[in-house]
Amino acid sequence: MNNSIRVNCTKKNLKLIRDFVVEYLRAYALSDIITNQIVLAVDEICANLIIHANHENPDKFIHLAIHQQKEMLKFEISDNGLAFQRSKYKEPNIEENIRMGKKGGVGIALVNRIMDKVEFESNDSQNVCVLYKKIK
Amino acid sequence: MKITQEIKESTVIMTLDGELDASSSVILDEELSDPEIMKYSKILVDCEKLNYISSAGLGVFISHLQRFEDAQIKLIFYNMQDKVRNVFEILGLDLLMTIVSDYEEARTVSNE
Repeated sequence: MNNSIRVNCTKKNLKLIRDFVVEYLRAYALSDIITNQIVLAVDEICANLIIHANHENPDKFIHLAIHQQKEMLKFEISDNGLAFQRSKYKEPNIEENIRMGKKGGVGIALVNRIMDKVEFESNDSQNVCVLYKKIK
Repeated sequence: MKITQEIKESTVIMTLDGELDASSSVILDEELSDPEIMKYSKILVDCEKLNYISSAGLGVFISHLQRFEDAQIKLIFYNMQDKVRNVFEILGLDLLMTIVSDYEEARTVSNE
């Protein structure tokens, strides 16, 4: 089965990535809710990379590869843009966001709550985000 | 994403059809930012055909909620698919927004 996809950094390609993940997950016959959660987590990371790390530059690319490791699905998303600085990340306060009319800042919270493990690595010019989800 | 609006007296019925992601949620933001919408006291959002929502879509609703509340405009979601409702629940938004099962209930709640 094809387990990887590479797209350039435009927001329209998020749909391609989601369709790819749905297709990959089909073999696992997961519930609608779990499938949607996994697709969402991957979509959130890819949206951040496309918009914030690569400023929607269509000459830049992101790459997603999916592997199964025992009871885990591993999603590896890489790019060559600005690295995500986890030390600067703050969990959002949703009620505060509502009061302030704030539009962004809840994507990584979704990823952290959905996935079993979330890793960010950067070396030289490459950044890799790895998401793990238990499926059994 | 296709958004249609139907006006019934003081109510806007907004039907969402498709997927609300970082790309398409811009359209929703434009619709909700339209000053015209502030003339109505109820916005009922039909989510039956909303197949997907990401943080960008949630963010649009989050960013308008206080403004609607201050203007005493009720924002009510109905016919939401379980997988979409689950995304609201992950962030606890189901407790901060009004999500009901169907149109009848949305009407009842909007008149309370």
